[in-house]
Amino acid sequence: MSDLLRRYGWPITLFMIGTAAIWLVVMVVLPALVMVEYSFHPNLPVTKRGGPEDYYTIANYAALFRGVDLATWTFPNDFKVFVRTIWGASLVTLVSLVVCYPIAWHVAKVAPPRRAALMILLLIIPFWINEILRTFAWYIILAYQGPLNAVLLGVGILEKPVRWLSGSGGVIIGMTYAFLLFMMFPLINAIETLDTNQVEAARDLGAPTWQIHRRIVIPHAKPGIAVGCIMVFVLAASSYIVPALLGSPGTRWFTETIYVWFFEGQDWPRGSAYAFILLTLCVGFIMLVMRVFRVGLADIAK
Amino acid sequence: MSRDVKLDRVTMRFGDFTAVDDVSLDIRAGEFFSFLGPSGCGKTTILRMISGFMEPSAGRILIGGENMAGIGPNRRPTALIFQNLALFPMMTVADNIAFGLEMRGVDRSVRRKRAMELLELIALPDSADKRIEQLSGGQKQRVAIARALAVEPQVMLLDEPLSALDLKLRQHMRTELRAIQRRTGLTFIYITHDQGEALTMSDRVGVMSRGRIDQVGLSHAIYDEPATPFVATFVGENNVFAGRLAAVSGGVGTVETPTGPLRARVAGDLAPGASVLLFVRPERMRLGAGADGPNTVTRPVSHVDFEGNFVNVALEPIVEGGRPMLVQLSNDGRIPAFDRGAAVAVSFDPAHARILAAGEMAKE
Amino acid sequence: MNRLTGADVLMRVYLGIFFFYLLAPLAVMAFATFNTSRFPTVTPWLGTTTQWFVALWNDRQMWQGLRSSFIVGAAVIAVSVPIGVAAAMLLDGVHKRARSLLYAVMVSPLLTPGVIIGISTLVFWDRLGVKGGLHLAVIGQSSFIIAYVMLMVSARLQRFDRTLEEAALDLGASHTQVFRKILFPYLRPAILAGAVLAFFQSFENYNTTLFTRGTETTLTVYIASKVRTGLTPAVNALALILIVVTILFAVGYEILRRRQKAKVAAA
Repeated sequence: MSDLLRRYGWPITLFMIGTAAIWLVVMVVLPALVMVEYSFHPNLPVTKRGGPEDYYTIANYAALFRGVDLATWTFPNDFKVFVRTIWGASLVTLVSLVVCYPIAWHVAKVAPPRRAALMILLLIIPFWINEILRTFAWYIILAYQGPLNAVLLGVGILEKPVRWLSGSGGVIIGMTYAFLLFMMFPLINAIETLDTNQVEAARDLGAPTWQIHRRIVIPHAKPGIAVGCIMVFVLAASSYIVPALLGSPGTRWFTETIYVWFFEGQDWPRGSAYAFILLTLCVGFIMLVMRVFRVGLADIAK
Repeated sequence: MSRDVKLDRVTMRFGDFTAVDDVSLDIRAGEFFSFLGPSGCGKTTILRMISGFMEPSAGRILIGGENMAGIGPNRRPTALIFQNLALFPMMTVADNIAFGLEMRGVDRSVRRKRAMELLELIALPDSADKRIEQLSGGQKQRVAIARALAVEPQVMLLDEPLSALDLKLRQHMRTELRAIQRRTGLTFIYITHDQGEALTMSDRVGVMSRGRIDQVGLSHAIYDEPATPFVATFVGENNVFAGRLAAVSGGVGTVETPTGPLRARVAGDLAPGASVLLFVRPERMRLGAGADGPNTVTRPVSHVDFEGNFVNVALEPIVEGGRPMLVQLSNDGRIPAFDRGAAVAVSFDPAHARILAAGEMAKE
Repeated sequence: MNRLTGADVLMRVYLGIFFFYLLAPLAVMAFATFNTSRFPTVTPWLGTTTQWFVALWNDRQMWQGLRSSFIVGAAVIAVSVPIGVAAAMLLDGVHKRARSLLYAVMVSPLLTPGVIIGISTLVFWDRLGVKGGLHLAVIGQSSFIIAYVMLMVSARLQRFDRTLEEAALDLGASHTQVFRKILFPYLRPAILAGAVLAFFQSFENYNTTLFTRGTETTLTVYIASKVRTGLTPAVNALALILIVVTILFAVGYEILRRRQKAKVAAA
């Protein structure tokens, strides 16, 4: 505080602390706390709030699991949606990592500088294009009478068109496409910083290509892999528009369930509880990745 | 107009570390005063306290008799020239020089006129609208001085501003700085770790070590009459003989050293039996045994460096692992050839050597 | 000279497939604009037309959405740039230990799902009696966009030579003058880049806006609703326009960024 004053003087110091406090308290921390507090209330009309029927309850959280019966292996709808979201987001993350790694390696270390620059430009352009438009593109491609079916029928791979947009396939394809580049850039940035001499030294010592990647490149790229996984997982788990456009009523995503509780069921406490569960899921995943890859927060937010 | 600067029992602590330890000092108005010391001795901290970037943990700083406590750097009558100069890269040369006036609300036309005068003074009249990165190292130096002079400070503070320059330019800038100081009559406080700079430019020099001032004095006093072993070894070269003070008479003492008794002037009050160090400058050593018998040392030659105007002869250390003994001979055309390993006798006049109480010496 | 090994060939094929996969969907979407088919597609091609641009031009909802997006974008810049700069300066000025905690809190909105930011904003302001609308969208979006601005300004601030501040102070500048004359001009490129990024993030935001918009519609929300109900190639026409604008934007931004990087490297 005294350092700040000495450096910036009273007016600027007050402005800095004041605005940062407004941001962090009023826009970040308090809304989150209020949402969490809200989720422990029953859903009541405004007039009954604070009345005898208003008490703290964990019913909104329990609702997610109510009806789960492992004996008969039956699960309620919301729970299925939740599991599907975790499973889907994990799958998207894994696929993105596998697809991106060779490309990132090529762009960062193999391609000559000019070609690498061109490829980065080709990566940046779709990266900047709105998520909705990228999803919409696949909506067209995957349509029943769309180009994918037309091409596959044309070359004789398919005998009759496939309904791509029913089931989770379309959602996974669309999400991978929409979020893949959030894996790509952290990977490229991480691999770029690897000293090429290390790779050459390993090769010189007789390491085959896969060993070079296993022992040298991947350990070095860990922070990038961690960042990429976190970004893709969080984006996928909390995506609304991709499942809304590419999914079908039978393949709802957890975000859609939350939206429905908020604006169709008019049950805000339930929606808040589910939102907090989603947040917990994401935070849990972030902490898991940070632990597994042994990286800190400063490595992630770059 | 220039002012005096008074440090009154100034102490600066950073946590457990005491950077400046109870320093009191009077710097006179119009004086060129240098703080000389190795890095980490606290000289930069003193400068930053005088300029107002730090408040002392204890003690007072007075400029022109006025206590500076609580007065920020922008309201002190000082101007600081930074080690890296800190010229503003986003402004032209003239805007840099006029910055202080702009901050004081001086009119644009007046500012411009003053900047042009100062550019004239530093012999860069055509550089007003250049960008900083277009200037050479020496030119930047002069712009920094002009920028500081523009606010008409009463005390100029200089934080090793010459350290980034090459040797030739550095020597030239020494003369120039001194000339500017004389012309303006301002109090200059200069900090440096370069003894050459301190001794050539300053009226007085304060030698610092570990947050304390070891000695304050005129340049030649610092060199010829060092007050502590640190000053004796930090400023210039010195040969050291450690031993026990055997006797003192008429200001001259005899020291029992591993190479025999040696005599020299005694600094301060030292009683026989004290553990002492005897210092002799290499250039005060003579070839051959002295008329004054005891002050002769005979050692094998370890190596000889020919420097042109001088020849430096290194003799093997008296104590195993000690510093070699250095003898600097003026190249008067009568220097004999030295064979490595051949024993050579050298001697010195007791009046040219100094005995100090044992204490910490500067690191090589 | 360089003989291609089997692995190299495989890699090239993979690269080809990947970039086709990346870019072809966008091309399909763009081409579908010019098909007379009422449903946007390229198969079958029923005839070439520009009628869908006309249809788009005559769509009042689209203009309304565009207007809202610009209003929200401008407001987000107005909110997030000053706060982002202040936050970066604060982060730079505090002690090391406090810094890592503050940093964690400041970047947390970037790791929080957008829908959750939207929901918490909605619930919080509802408690205070504020209903959804464009104003709430601005608040919700800003809560994480400020963090982007903060990071951009922080990156530049870390390379700032603090002796410039001290020199200005020493020459008699007040703290406010130091900010105006020294720090702000130095930060200006990062602030501008932050403003551009803020607008862009706001413009394309969907998740946070979805929950905070009340009954208002931004362009992104408009596109999403159009795709689900009332889809015609007019949406493709809009997509094509946005893609072209985005490409121009992205290329311009990259050129700016690289030029700055080169400048930093040269200095």
